[in-house]
Amino acid sequence: MAFDLFLLEVVISGLMTGVMYALVALGFVLIFKASGVFNFAQGVLALFAALALYDFLAEDGWFFAVFGFTLPVWLAIPATALIMILLAWVIERAVLRFLVKQEEIILFMATIGLAFVLEGLGDLLFGSDVKPLDIGIPQGASDWLLDNFNLYVEKLEIVAAATAAVLVTALAIFFQKTRVGRALRAVADDHQAALSVGISLDKIWVIVWSVSGIVALVAGIMWGSKSGVQFSLSLIALKALPVLILGGFTSVPGAIVGGLIIGVGEKVAEVYVGPLVGGAIENWFAYVLALGFLLFRPQGLFGERIIERV
Amino acid sequence: MNLRKLTGVAVAAVLALPMFASHANAYELVIPTLDYRTGPYAPNGIPLANAYSDYINLLNERDGGIEGVKIKHVDCETGYNTKKGVECYENIKNTAPSRALAIQPFSTGITYQLIPKSAVDEIPIFSMGYGRTSAANGKVFPWVFNFPATYWSQATALVQYIADQEGGMASLKGKKIYLVYHNSAYGKEPIRTLEALAEKYGFEYRGLPVDHPGQEQKATWLQIRKERPDWVLMWGWGVMNQVAIKEAASIRFPMDRFIGVWWSGSENDVLPAGDAADGYLSGAFHAAGGDFALHDDIRKHVYDKGMGAGDRDRIGEVLYNRGLVAVMWTVEAIRNAMKIHGTKEVTPAMVRDGFESLEVDEARLAELGLKDFTYGIKITCENHEGPGRVAVQQWDAKAKKWSMVSKFYDPLREITAPLIEEDSMAYAKENNVTPRTCS
Repeated sequence: MAFDLFLLEVVISGLMTGVMYALVALGFVLIFKASGVFNFAQGVLALFAALALYDFLAEDGWFFAVFGFTLPVWLAIPATALIMILLAWVIERAVLRFLVKQEEIILFMATIGLAFVLEGLGDLLFGSDVKPLDIGIPQGASDWLLDNFNLYVEKLEIVAAATAAVLVTALAIFFQKTRVGRALRAVADDHQAALSVGISLDKIWVIVWSVSGIVALVAGIMWGSKSGVQFSLSLIALKALPVLILGGFTSVPGAIVGGLIIGVGEKVAEVYVGPLVGGAIENWFAYVLALGFLLFRPQGLFGERIIERV
Repeated sequence: MNLRKLTGVAVAAVLALPMFASHANAYELVIPTLDYRTGPYAPNGIPLANAYSDYINLLNERDGGIEGVKIKHVDCETGYNTKKGVECYENIKNTAPSRALAIQPFSTGITYQLIPKSAVDEIPIFSMGYGRTSAANGKVFPWVFNFPATYWSQATALVQYIADQEGGMASLKGKKIYLVYHNSAYGKEPIRTLEALAEKYGFEYRGLPVDHPGQEQKATWLQIRKERPDWVLMWGWGVMNQVAIKEAASIRFPMDRFIGVWWSGSENDVLPAGDAADGYLSGAFHAAGGDFALHDDIRKHVYDKGMGAGDRDRIGEVLYNRGLVAVMWTVEAIRNAMKIHGTKEVTPAMVRDGFESLEVDEARLAELGLKDFTYGIKITCENHEGPGRVAVQQWDAKAKKWSMVSKFYDPLREITAPLIEEDSMAYAKENNVTPRTCS
């Protein structure tokens, strides 16, 4: 294999992996953008969504035990989306509405608690076994690219990239063009001011957590298809952190671009620098990359500039 | 004494009788388990824990315990976390009445932490086929047992299997054998042996670490795709295994040249990859499948009574059988301790003696309902590893079944023995341990 072709392969793989990271990072951005809360439970939301989806599809799940049949994929995905909306409503009713006037750090702590509760609930409801998730997304390398160009690209990641493109477009339209989207942005700017002009904070929080839950479902589907649905899925949140640091916590395009930069950066580092220092550098190198960016743009690549005047 | 007082005394005596009776039979054999039914590695921890629980329930139900003495099973959840594992050990080690008779940490990280503690607390550690390899040297590690085979023995067995496929040990010269490993104490265990083997037989060795938990390994497999090693070995755990098998299939690496350690060879590892995992290989020291006489007994005496720890249809999966063989050997060590010391009220120190002179041969395995399940073992004062024999099993994706595809290889002691000696003596020096003499 020619050196250049290999480099191209590394870069493409990095880009594709970056998209997978961005799918997780998007969920964080949505909630942070609308409420200023860093949702520690985002990774667990992705896990929970994937577990629920598997339950609708499999014969060893609750749904089959109760109703005696499984749902087809086209019905199971919206059904899981409904579960995530219901979960958002429960979270708002049981946790968030009591913390409206609290400091952001209190809300952050609440999401840590939420992560553990959801993980335990997921274990209790669905069990800890590895669940192979097959919703028909093609797996393995693209034979056409491999046979004709000797280029290795995963089909699953091509699907993930296309899905991310659709998702980002939909989110951009939602935030920019719809009334609810504008209300979300207003809440993000100032809770009190938004309340004073009649925006219902409760409703907004249910909406934003619902949207974030649906994004988590997409991330859960992609990562679950890749490795099977299992509890380590919640740890993919750690992969989203450098993406957020780099892209900015409030920017949807930032999550995508940040994901791509982190993906390519860590793969190139692992392949070309890793062998010189014993390998396994990609995890921490992603943070090095993100922190390097912070030196020049503390708000992240696309984050809102923080200006505080005395 | 009037009638009223007499009646009172009689009633008190009757009430107290069961108390005395129960005290007379109160001695129980404490077998603790450090389980991980939660966390990212739970899918592997659950079948191990279920097997332990089922076997103990079987003995209590069918035989009234070990030689008629009930077993008290104490479990503690570690989440496969070393810190929690040590806390668990501290909490359960003095459980009454017998104290913990033997500890099975089921984690190399936890084992490393418990090794110094075991000598102080005088509780034997049975790290079955994992943990610190050089603990095989019983002269330095009198309280630790890692039979039936260590990671180093396994590395030599897998290389012998490769040599057999390539046409003999001489054919290894110039071949590329890579190791994809979990970047942890566990994953790093075989490196020294593989380096020594590479030097002796002239193959090219390279290690590719994968960080916990191993959900993302693209960079690793791109390097394998580029450099095309002849064989890839894997020391993986949890999600790392499933992802690696899928990635290997994606880059069209031949599955019958990809061999996992015995912790990378369970149904959990291959099922998510579907047909792509067909032909994948792994090390093994016991059989897979649930059709042994012992399994029938577990179904009859435990599951039919509603006491099963897991799903009935998962009895016989690789990791379930791994747990079963671990608890079986532990129980046999306790039985042996009773025999040596002539008492049924054994202590951890006595059980250590039981481990050190343990012999479970093929005939005994057959009596236990495990005919041809694994090989016979004999432990001595010097050798806590036992026979060190390892075979290779292969996954049939269509039949969803593991089958043995090789003989059991004896370890290359000329490679492993000097390494064990060197590493154990270094430990002895660092920890001021005077090696004992075994006569």
